[in-house]
Amino acid sequence: MTATTMSDHAQPNSPKMGLKMASALKESETRAGLMDKLESIRQIDAAKIDIRDLSFFYGKFKALHNISMQIPDKQVTAFIGPSGCGKSTLLRIFNRIYDLYPGQNATGDVTLDGLPILSPKVDVNMLRAKIGMVFQKPTPFPMSIYDNVAFGVRLYERMSKSELDDRVEWALQRSAIWDEVKDKLKQSGAALSGGQQQRLCIARAIAVKPEVLLLDEPTSALDPISTTKIEELVHELKSDFTIAIVTHNMQQAARVSDFTAFMYLGKLIEFDHTDIIFTNPGRKETEDYITGRFG
Amino acid sequence: MKAPAPNPHRAVHKMTKYQVRKIINYVNLSASIVVTLFGLAMLAWILTVLFGKGFHYLNWAVFSQMTPPPGESGGLLNAIVGTLALTFLAVLIGTPIGIMAGTYLAEFGMKSKFSSVVRFINDVLLSAPSIVVGVFVYTLVVAPSGHFSGWAGAIALSILVIPVVVRTTEDMLKLVPIPMREAAAALGAPRYKVTISIVYKAALSGMITGVLLATARIMGETAPLLFTALNNQFWSVDMNQPIANMPVVIYQYALSPYEDWQNLAWAGALLITISVLLMNIMARYTLKSPTSR
Repeated sequence: MTATTMSDHAQPNSPKMGLKMASALKESETRAGLMDKLESIRQIDAAKIDIRDLSFFYGKFKALHNISMQIPDKQVTAFIGPSGCGKSTLLRIFNRIYDLYPGQNATGDVTLDGLPILSPKVDVNMLRAKIGMVFQKPTPFPMSIYDNVAFGVRLYERMSKSELDDRVEWALQRSAIWDEVKDKLKQSGAALSGGQQQRLCIARAIAVKPEVLLLDEPTSALDPISTTKIEELVHELKSDFTIAIVTHNMQQAARVSDFTAFMYLGKLIEFDHTDIIFTNPGRKETEDYITGRFG
Repeated sequence: MKAPAPNPHRAVHKMTKYQVRKIINYVNLSASIVVTLFGLAMLAWILTVLFGKGFHYLNWAVFSQMTPPPGESGGLLNAIVGTLALTFLAVLIGTPIGIMAGTYLAEFGMKSKFSSVVRFINDVLLSAPSIVVGVFVYTLVVAPSGHFSGWAGAIALSILVIPVVVRTTEDMLKLVPIPMREAAAALGAPRYKVTISIVYKAALSGMITGVLLATARIMGETAPLLFTALNNQFWSVDMNQPIANMPVVIYQYALSPYEDWQNLAWAGALLITISVLLMNIMARYTLKSPTSR
């Protein structure tokens, strides 16, 4: 697979970009150097989620316009862009959570390892077991910490008490919250602090061993220390999971992600390695956004 | 150039405006307090009279003896048991229907046309005069079967339970944040599981409160029972027969010319008031206690 991580818009060497190149010749030299360095990495990138010509509608309103991109396996892909640009909408397509609401629908092709996600034949519950999601506000269920984590596991796996215990411990440890809760597993999840609740939600999501983890602004309701913990966690988790994270915070995207997609008004403007997006973006809109000129 | 002098009139004007607002606030607040005190005074009056007249007759015999013929001493045992049986059956019939309808409105129907029609009819039923419900069940059950019965009474009361439970269930389920449903669905939980394992659990105390409030409401209902369960002078728990119950006994005894009966009616009225009060306090307490233990 070549250039799997580039969308059509973002091809820096495409003819469309040629005109702008002249004015940014010096820039493009350093850019070319970077590209060479990254070319080898790009070759081994495997796409986990392949999106082709995806559009999304809230009733008659078209919220996403013909998006094509590939989300690389076992990497962190960040989606940035101003409010209302469609980044959360895009994320909510991957596990078809939008299905809960009549009047919302998607057109185009999205595949997870070749499985057509948008096909009506797909069992959405099985799909969601493969693609976990964590939301903006922590959503602990009204039950004990243990039961919170075991909830998803019990839905799809039959296992003995000790196996379930092990799985819960594994998930809590992976989410860097085990030490804080190991003595109060029977207590309510709602009694934890906001940051702990969010890590509990991550533990709950990874307990079912999904392949992909969708994080929809997971730190926007948290304090800076909790935010740092979650960001470190994202680093830890990418060895096992493909992660897609929506964030309002550009520094966060720069810190945690390998790839960054910039979206604006329902369109994918640019998608590239995070280094490139933040040091040498190919598009004027991206540069304006990351330098704070709008958004 | 002269610096603009502060306009003294302007300041005075502002003060008056503020003062006017203060006066309006004061008048409104006083009026509200007076009206509240008036309502509370009425309630206190009713309770004082009830306690004054009823407490004296609220003795062990009330709980251990049957309703007596005129001129003899007796108690309210059959009426107490009858009311408990009727209430229990009515709640048993009405609660599942109410919870299911409320769940439909909050979780599945949501903004559909059908839902808004159901919601409207439910609101009408909520404020329907209970005597109309009594007459309705009379035509539906009593007239075809040819006699008054406990079942007819329980059905009439259950019709009063349903709208209360529908309303509280819907309101309480709607309080459960949508992201919690999404989080459960995102784990791969099917729709029914989301509703039963997550949403019900989160809204449980509110739903129980609704059932308790409905119970409190029907315990003192007289009108629907006059046309359905009627009354029974003797001990009976046969639901196919007329059955004694507190409200109708109180109604009949209070209107009777016999002093013994009137005294028993006072005792019964006090007893049922205390029960309803306890029900309401329990409902309050359940709603306040945290759902998740």
